[in-house]
Amino acid sequence: MTVSRRNFLKLMGLAAGTLAVGRVQAHTGGSDTAEGGFGMLTDISLCIGCRSCEQACHDINAMPEPDEPFTDPGVFKKYRRMTEKTYTVVNKFNSVYKEGLPVYTKIQCMHCQDPACVSACLVGALQKTKEGPVLWDSWKCMGCRYCMIACPFEVPAYEYHKGIEPRVMKCTMCYPLVKQGGIPACASVCPVEAIKFGPKKELLGYARERIKQHPDRYINHIYGEHEVGGTDWIYIAPQDFATMGFLSLSPEAPPRLTEAIQHGVFKYFIPPVLLFGVLGLTMFLTKNNGGEQNDSHHTSLGDGGGPHVKGAVKK
Amino acid sequence: MSTHGHARPISKKLLTPGFYAMAVLSIIGITIALYRFAFGMGTVTNLDNNYPWGLWIGVDVASGVALAAGGFTTAFLAHILHRHKYETIVRPALLTAMLGYTFVGLGVFTDLGKYYNIWHLMLPSMWQFNSALFEVGMCVMMYLTVLYIEFLPLVTERFIGRVDLPGILATINKPVDACLRIAQRTLDKLIFVFVILGVVLSCAHQSSLGTLLTIAPYKVHPLWWSPFLPLMFLLSAIAVGYPMVIFESMWAHKSFGLKNDMQTLSALARIIPFTIGLYLAVKIGDLIYRGAYIHIFDNSKQSNMFLVEIVFGVITPFLMFAFARVRKDARLLFTAAALYVLCGVLLNRVNVFVVSYQPQFTGYSYVPHPLEVLLTIGYIALLMLLYRVIVTIFPVITHHE
Repeated sequence: MTVSRRNFLKLMGLAAGTLAVGRVQAHTGGSDTAEGGFGMLTDISLCIGCRSCEQACHDINAMPEPDEPFTDPGVFKKYRRMTEKTYTVVNKFNSVYKEGLPVYTKIQCMHCQDPACVSACLVGALQKTKEGPVLWDSWKCMGCRYCMIACPFEVPAYEYHKGIEPRVMKCTMCYPLVKQGGIPACASVCPVEAIKFGPKKELLGYARERIKQHPDRYINHIYGEHEVGGTDWIYIAPQDFATMGFLSLSPEAPPRLTEAIQHGVFKYFIPPVLLFGVLGLTMFLTKNNGGEQNDSHHTSLGDGGGPHVKGAVKK
Repeated sequence: MSTHGHARPISKKLLTPGFYAMAVLSIIGITIALYRFAFGMGTVTNLDNNYPWGLWIGVDVASGVALAAGGFTTAFLAHILHRHKYETIVRPALLTAMLGYTFVGLGVFTDLGKYYNIWHLMLPSMWQFNSALFEVGMCVMMYLTVLYIEFLPLVTERFIGRVDLPGILATINKPVDACLRIAQRTLDKLIFVFVILGVVLSCAHQSSLGTLLTIAPYKVHPLWWSPFLPLMFLLSAIAVGYPMVIFESMWAHKSFGLKNDMQTLSALARIIPFTIGLYLAVKIGDLIYRGAYIHIFDNSKQSNMFLVEIVFGVITPFLMFAFARVRKDARLLFTAAALYVLCGVLLNRVNVFVVSYQPQFTGYSYVPHPLEVLLTIGYIALLMLLYRVIVTIFPVITHHE
């Protein structure tokens, strides 16, 4: 696994940069709604790698046929990622503490509280719902794929081989089911209850309690509690997350920096209007500049001089 | 006492072998685009879930925007600071910007998965002010409109008193002429608004283009990822305006068999050491401030590309432009301008958007598909073709007798 690298310095840079750009404003959106929203918890110590969740996800979302059947344990030979054909995958890693035994991790969209994809999308095709799931709207999407650039977890996949109506593909936390009071398909089929669905707050409390009660079974880290500003899908695990393909991410949500820059540059449109004013004033004050070399001609636009402003402002 | 001549249409033969070669390349490019519109991005590109942006964003869009900076920088010099000796370069730069941005639009359109939804940008209900891409899209759209308006005076100049429509349309010659005269008078009074607006819009989106990748701190190589990317994009765009004008003017004059106006170009070149110098200072300051300079000699693909960019693309032209001898020598001046345009800015944009981008779950790199490259070449050929046609019809290029 060559997952994590060169991150320390970059994080240093990120932190420094944030300071430099200025105080990041408290944002609206994401975390306001996360308070009462739902979340998911994956307990990696319980997962047995049966891939029922993959199958259930495939069925409920009417996904295309997978390349390998869901019963094929051969898929564990290599590390897999989500694709346009699957919203979630289970990977196998070696246990750090129990020699020769595996650990399994299910990955999918993390449903960030302050999602970079939502901040990036120029037409608002990605939205954080008040229930928690981050959803993609086919009607609005232009297909620019900036959401894929922005996602720190590298989750969204794209239907590159469709000329018409290609889709951004990612987990919806079974929003249609959740909205009707149901629970996501993966959570409902998991035979060992490694995937839990519920109010995010309760899940966090439960996760903390588990870690406290079984310090021998869990490391003291709830993945997603703080990463990129917090995610609504969280994990507890028996070993360090970096050993299982999870990225080490800072608690700062990526949109905090970009939005601070954007809103700084365009605050109430003052900077652009100011620039317009300064340029206009400069134009007015310098209008007699170099006039002596031009007096013989340049009295109209049609002089070969270009769109001649001087003649316009004078008179 | 004209130190500068008059802009008038190029009278050289249009349909040369070079013209046909460009036409063939354009047709190949357009064919690939049509195929892609029908069967999807994946059929002609090497883009995938790990590398969502490639050559088209790096060259057609990001570099296209940067290299069209001659438009607003010369407008600033000649029309806002009123340095009239630079009038002769305004029109070619304006045309380059107008065509450049048209092709940026075409590039974006080609790269959009749902290209038929591009009009969504005009729906206020979908505007998403947190997105840097929204800002880029809006400004490019508005600036393109401004550029077309700025070009209108050339149309009125060319056709007022000379409207001669064929056949039955000849009956409306007079009304068309009257319309042109009204347009000319209106533009005469209002064009200054568009000139200033052009500069403001340019500053806004040149910098926002740099904001785009700051949202991906975990994927962009530390040699380029910086919270100051927007500033560096703006400064490098301002700095590339005049070198691009020199590069393009000398190239065009050579291919039309015209004499270069070395006096104006040398004078223009005197400004360049200051603009490139400022960009270089910020770039170096940023590397030191973030501690990213430790990666410079990593001997990785990224570090080597960075070295090429900064040594040949920024430091070398900076030093060259600083010498009067270089600025007065046509060959050296062209070399310095070409170095900054191609290695300093075009390569920088490709580096930021393509080379620096390293998703963390992959072991391979993105290499553009041959058809991707052919499409980009085709679009550039089409741009040059249109440039050639427009300078034949309209008074863009100044002839120095």
